[in-house]
Amino acid sequence: MKGMTPIVKVVARIVGGFIFIYGCYIVLYGHLSPGGGFAGGAIIAACFILSRLAFGTTASQEKSASISSSIFESTGGLLFLLIALLGLFVGGYFFINLFPSFGTPGRLVSAGSIPFSNIAIGIKVAAAILSIFVVLASTKYIFKE
Amino acid sequence: MEIFPVLLIAIPLGGAFLIPILYKAWNRLAEIVAGLCLAAVLALSIYLAFFLVPGKPLVYLFGNWPVPLGIAFTVDRLSSFMLLVVSILVFFSYIFAIRYMDHFTGSGKFYTLYLLMLVGMNGVVMTGDLFNMFVFIEIASISSYALVAFGTEAEELEAGFKYMVMGEIASMMILLAIAFIYAATSTLNLADISRSFAAMDKTPGFWFVLILLMSGFSIKAALVPFHSWLPDAHPSAPAPISALLSGVFIKVLGVYAMARILFNVYGVSRASYPAVFNALLILGLASIIIASLLALYQKDYKRLLAYSSISQIGYIVLALGIGNEFALIGALAHILSHSLGKGLLFLTSGSVVYRVGERDITKFTGGLGKQMPWTSLSYNLGALSVAGMPPFLGFFSKLFIILGAVKAGFIVPAVVAGLFAVVTLGYLLKITNKVFWGKEGIKGIKESPFVMVFAMVSLVVLLVAGGAFFFWLKPHLLQPAADVLLKGTEYAEIVFRIGAGG
Amino acid sequence: MIILVASLILFLVGLYAIITKRNMIKVAVGFSLIEYSVNFLFAIVGFRPGALPPILQAVEVGKVYSDPLPQALVLTAIVIGLGVTAFMLSLILRLYNRIGSFDLEEIQRLKG
Repeated sequence: MKGMTPIVKVVARIVGGFIFIYGCYIVLYGHLSPGGGFAGGAIIAACFILSRLAFGTTASQEKSASISSSIFESTGGLLFLLIALLGLFVGGYFFINLFPSFGTPGRLVSAGSIPFSNIAIGIKVAAAILSIFVVLASTKYIFKE
Repeated sequence: MEIFPVLLIAIPLGGAFLIPILYKAWNRLAEIVAGLCLAAVLALSIYLAFFLVPGKPLVYLFGNWPVPLGIAFTVDRLSSFMLLVVSILVFFSYIFAIRYMDHFTGSGKFYTLYLLMLVGMNGVVMTGDLFNMFVFIEIASISSYALVAFGTEAEELEAGFKYMVMGEIASMMILLAIAFIYAATSTLNLADISRSFAAMDKTPGFWFVLILLMSGFSIKAALVPFHSWLPDAHPSAPAPISALLSGVFIKVLGVYAMARILFNVYGVSRASYPAVFNALLILGLASIIIASLLALYQKDYKRLLAYSSISQIGYIVLALGIGNEFALIGALAHILSHSLGKGLLFLTSGSVVYRVGERDITKFTGGLGKQMPWTSLSYNLGALSVAGMPPFLGFFSKLFIILGAVKAGFIVPAVVAGLFAVVTLGYLLKITNKVFWGKEGIKGIKESPFVMVFAMVSLVVLLVAGGAFFFWLKPHLLQPAADVLLKGTEYAEIVFRIGAGG
Repeated sequence: MIILVASLILFLVGLYAIITKRNMIKVAVGFSLIEYSVNFLFAIVGFRPGALPPILQAVEVGKVYSDPLPQALVLTAIVIGLGVTAFMLSLILRLYNRIGSFDLEEIQRLKG
């Protein structure tokens, strides 16, 4: 049987969604509370890793996961670079905060472009940690012969 | 010109992130994107290297935070000189790699790592912030570990692991030193640290931190007591990467960072703290002597060149240790000439491996010069330049180092430097003798593809042109860069004057 | 002072593991120890006795705030440490698949 025992599968199915939402919360509230892109991204990646461990994977799934995670990782990096470059071309300085006084401090809508950077970093870190996991796990397929 | 420092980071970084997406659509897109990025970087650095006004560096403030608060890029003439050296070799290695990487799979990953390594080196050269420098050192180092192990054969993986262990010990030493410096000065900006250091008591802890930093950078530069990883790591990489690692990587992460911290941040000079400079002198001399003697006994084409790199790095550090104007100009000229020359030699090794598939020079029967005339010509001219024969650029760099030594009254180092130039020629001609000269060649070997020949011949042309126009290069390129080092802590005043206004 | 010495001792323990252990996984653990020691030192540098958290919602003049910068530096160092550890483990795994051993002396083919 693929994956782990039914107990693990059922628990993973229940918990996985909550872990994902918690990760998103950590990313989105990164400018207000401890956390941010890196911590939240790691939690999101943990959700995917949990489901992969619990349900098991085949070689073809490993391959498609490695391709899609590398594309997401690059997209996250490009988004972050784009936010920094927008600062350069709109605000005149690399990494400048484009609308620092928008919203009320301490609320979700505040801190200008920092939340957007957090989202980009969150995508990048989640995809990167997942792809590290996939690469480490898929060595068993590469060298099976 | 104001935004050039940002573009020099953003263009290769954007390329590195674009390649994994585009290369899934069409393999060759990876090469095209990388080529465009590298051409843009080359153009920007040539402009910066010749048109930046001396004594008036570009200070780029990230997010418009004034100097001691935010991260600032500080591009003075020394930085722009190093940028030029890096981008020339990176560009020509890339041209060589277009055909050479046919032997390998995963060219998308290769060019991603290649561009990331360029980002790291450019960042180290341009940054004016100590922790930022560490981050860029790590970006460059991690990509270079991956590139050394790129072939994924057992030897290459082992070399990569060994290189990684040594490189990470060095990085952690640097990080520990940064932690101590931050604890003592509460700042990370190089100019601000320099001001704090000037007002500080020179306690044993102060020198302990300097020793930590110097050990870290010495491991990165592979000076002799710390050199054991280099002869394994550099030959294991694909040839264009060997050229980059030996040609610019150890100079940027080792020598440049060391020189910047010693001269501009600590502000030591030969007159005020001779002990520091004597240590550099001894390290340099040991590297020259021991690595040259070891190189004489090597049988592997690329391993011999790797030992030669250690001994040539020894020349540069020796010149830093002498520390007068002539020697510093010699050191910078040697950075340029050795990066072009040793890059060229590693590229010829790639050309030979591409056609023959063999690196052990005892298995060659000679006579390859008849079948691969351009490779042979490039190797011989490059070897003459690295050894320091006129009229190439390598001659003038060694000449200035020796002149500096004589002028400062160090007769023994001058004699050793002159003598071991001949030893250098000896071990480099060993390859000429075994591989290229002679009548009978290996059957059925052709010259390498055109782009590989083009990359090698361009570097030869640059070496010859550098020798011919050396006395034009000296006032326009080398003298302003050496002045940055000679002026010492005036660096901090200039950076504050330009950057503190916001 | 005692904390500084503690972090130095942790650094040296990690260095000891890297230098003496033949098992590559233990070498990787040694690197993690070194990273933790430096991160620990950074975190301690920002500490002030009796300081407030550095969140300026209503600025109070004259109060002591702890230094927020070392925390940012530690985060960056942790991210770099993640990359280093991940790459080192994947190298070790590749080597294990090629040769079938974690022992550095059995792996050794190059002369050094």
